[in-house]
Amino acid sequence: MSSSLYSKALSRLAIAAAALAAFSAHALAAEKTLTIYTYESFITEWGPGAKVAEAFEKECDCKVDYVGVADGVELLTRLKLEGEGSKADIVLGLDTNLVAEAKATGLFAPHGVDTAALKVPGGFSDDTFVPYDYGHFAVIYDTETMKNPPKSLKELVEGDPSQKIVIEDPRTSTPGLGLLLWVKSVYGDKAGEAWEKLKERVLTVTPGWSEAYGLFTKGEAPMVLSYTTSPAYHMVAENTDRYQAASFAEGHYIQIEVAGMTQKTKDPELARKFLAFMTGPEFQSIIPTTNWMLPVGATKEPLPDAFGKLVNPEKTFLLPSEEVAASRKAWIDEWLAAMSKN
Amino acid sequence: MFGATENRMTTAAGALSLGGILLFVGLAAIALLAQSRGGDAGPLFDAYLWRVTRFTLLQASLSTLISILFAIPVARALARQASFPGRIWVLRLMALPLGLPALVAALGLIEVWGRQGLLNTALAAAGLAQPISVYGLFGILTAHVFFNMPLAARLMLTGIERIPAEYWRTSPNLGMGPLATFRFIEWPAIRGLLPGIAGLIFMLCATSFTLVLTLGGGPAASTIEVAIYQALRFDFDPPRAIALSGLQVALTGALLILLKFVAPPPEEGETTGRAIRRFDGASGLSRLFDRIWLALAIAFVGVPLAAIAYSGAKADLLRLVREPAFHHALAMSTMIALLSATVSVVMTALMIRAERLALAPRRPRTAARLFAGAIDASTSFILLVPPVVLGAGWFLLLTPLGDVARFAPAVVIAINALMALPFVYRVLAPAMATHAVRTERLAASLGIGGFHRLRWIDWPALRRPLLMAFSFAMALSLGDLGAVALFGSEEMVTLPFLLYSRMASYRTADAAGLALMLGLVCLILTVLGTAGEEKPSEGRSA
Repeated sequence: MSSSLYSKALSRLAIAAAALAAFSAHALAAEKTLTIYTYESFITEWGPGAKVAEAFEKECDCKVDYVGVADGVELLTRLKLEGEGSKADIVLGLDTNLVAEAKATGLFAPHGVDTAALKVPGGFSDDTFVPYDYGHFAVIYDTETMKNPPKSLKELVEGDPSQKIVIEDPRTSTPGLGLLLWVKSVYGDKAGEAWEKLKERVLTVTPGWSEAYGLFTKGEAPMVLSYTTSPAYHMVAENTDRYQAASFAEGHYIQIEVAGMTQKTKDPELARKFLAFMTGPEFQSIIPTTNWMLPVGATKEPLPDAFGKLVNPEKTFLLPSEEVAASRKAWIDEWLAAMSKN
Repeated sequence: MFGATENRMTTAAGALSLGGILLFVGLAAIALLAQSRGGDAGPLFDAYLWRVTRFTLLQASLSTLISILFAIPVARALARQASFPGRIWVLRLMALPLGLPALVAALGLIEVWGRQGLLNTALAAAGLAQPISVYGLFGILTAHVFFNMPLAARLMLTGIERIPAEYWRTSPNLGMGPLATFRFIEWPAIRGLLPGIAGLIFMLCATSFTLVLTLGGGPAASTIEVAIYQALRFDFDPPRAIALSGLQVALTGALLILLKFVAPPPEEGETTGRAIRRFDGASGLSRLFDRIWLALAIAFVGVPLAAIAYSGAKADLLRLVREPAFHHALAMSTMIALLSATVSVVMTALMIRAERLALAPRRPRTAARLFAGAIDASTSFILLVPPVVLGAGWFLLLTPLGDVARFAPAVVIAINALMALPFVYRVLAPAMATHAVRTERLAASLGIGGFHRLRWIDWPALRRPLLMAFSFAMALSLGDLGAVALFGSEEMVTLPFLLYSRMASYRTADAAGLALMLGLVCLILTVLGTAGEEKPSEGRSA
């Protein structure tokens, strides 16, 4: 068995080498290439990547090439490391918290796409970045073990400490930072005190979303910090209503995912065309059941029923990206101090 | 003296390996430092870092201590009870945790120790309402002991098994009881290995990241490694990341050096290489004692593993193993593990030999002593260099050469080979030292050298440690997530990577199935690693 595996691996390497050679020959040919940097899960087998590429290639007479790195933060890191030499035409997958930092690199160009028709709760418009989907952070609870979920952030903070929640670390993960900003938006200067109370309910703080959600689905805690869209996955793919989002009276903090074109793109027109395509029905229809986020534009067909059952926050929080970039360190220090108290 | 050319070549190869390691790490650090744009990052050593450092040292010390205290009776029991049925599978079990990604192990441990775990379920059934909470220092220690106690026991066992058979023939004649046997025969053998084993475990625990955060219960439980990750990824502050790495190396390094000075080197005994027959451990009390320790160890390591396997078995395995993505990941993982293990074992063996040659003269020159010291240090401290730093540094170095994704496999292989060095060194160095003492002079006086020496003298005696080192290195590499996320290579989907990506897209059942597969591959490797264990007399005939 093993020998066939190794020979398979070798042949794969050979194919990869051949593909590489073919690719460089291909690039010389007339067809244009659009290089999109994105996060890994966008281009995994269930991600939207392949369908998006197929749909766009039909319209553009070009070839879409993805480069996938771990996540949105890593995306920005890679761009910073590459600087002017980056091959990216499009960078897709930053979130609103990273926008100010991304602009500060000077690597992005204004998009010039009309985004007036796009619907993002709370509104979002930017001359450099175009939104393509969004989701609200939410506390997901297990209906089998939790009969009375908190109805507000206040209830979460002050509720029964024996009913635990798993959260993510704002030092290492995007949802973790999301909760930090959420608490900041609601409590302002009192955020530190709120964290001191919430600390009693926190089972543990994981480095990323996967660990937290893994602990939650193992039944270790009846609540986890995730997205309002998480129940949609369980309803659509697993046919279960067991996991639901708790609707919070104060409102929910939003995560908006955006894309932008680079200053150095070989073909600004093609890049702009992609950004416009991204807001159109083809792209928007692919997003909900592949990226498990909500579309910002019209879709070709109505969304699956499950999406209608999701929590739809009446109020949306979003702190300005500049403020987040400037104060993040201080806020994380505040969080650390509160969470480390005995 | 004989074989001067051969010795010179070995020394040169050892020097080359050492130079390669230093270059690989040094270049990455320089590239990252050169990249920084001189922003003002504030002071390095603030109250936060002070707290993190303290906690790092505390949890690593406790983890090491408990792992070792637990491992000693287990190793002794395995050595004394040399022929109970299933012993070989216990040895294999001991090598399994090494190959598991931290997240998989954490979820397995939760099944036993967690709020809904076996222990709390049993306690609840017994009428205890308040669950025992694993989250906190207790959870971190449990996880670290789960990973490291078996490692320590395996390494100690090889030490005890190198004790010359003559000792075991003599000790009953001297009327030595179990206590005296331990004190005068086994303990000296274990003691000599302790600085190496303790150092290795300390480093592994000090640099632990996912386990510490996931089971730590809150940010009060953070390690320096978390701060490094934060500096490099979220804050993008390479100089701070490098400075923190430097701090980690310096602090832990100082402790390791201290450890080396307080422990005396092992004594080597001459032997004719007859088969070992122990006459102790047969009495009822000894047997009971050994059985209790073995049962404890098997339960402690085995039950979480069984939980992982059980969750995995509930997944749609038939579909999973037919997926092309799985085939690709399996092939990729196996290839990377094979190559990095080979590089690691060959490099380490050469360096150990070169180190020995450098120290061979009665009064080695300063340069030779420095050379040997550098080899010793590099094989230890490499674990303290965070793979994220190496990955980012090499990304910068390779980017100018065009499509950087092409280099991802090579970088992963290099990083994995380096990270396995300390393990390989701990397995090979004591075995090679014993072997050299026993055969070096005789072989030299008989004029046996080169290939003949390798084939007829070295291989038979060193086959077992070599295979064990090889399987350790492969398992480590297999469980590694890879530090090349930046490279954006689509080819680089390994089994742990696939597992994480399923997990990240809600497919928890698939992830559990993949964890089971990963465990099975590791098990196959440990079978390879224990090849020859069943006939302990073989390989001692040198």
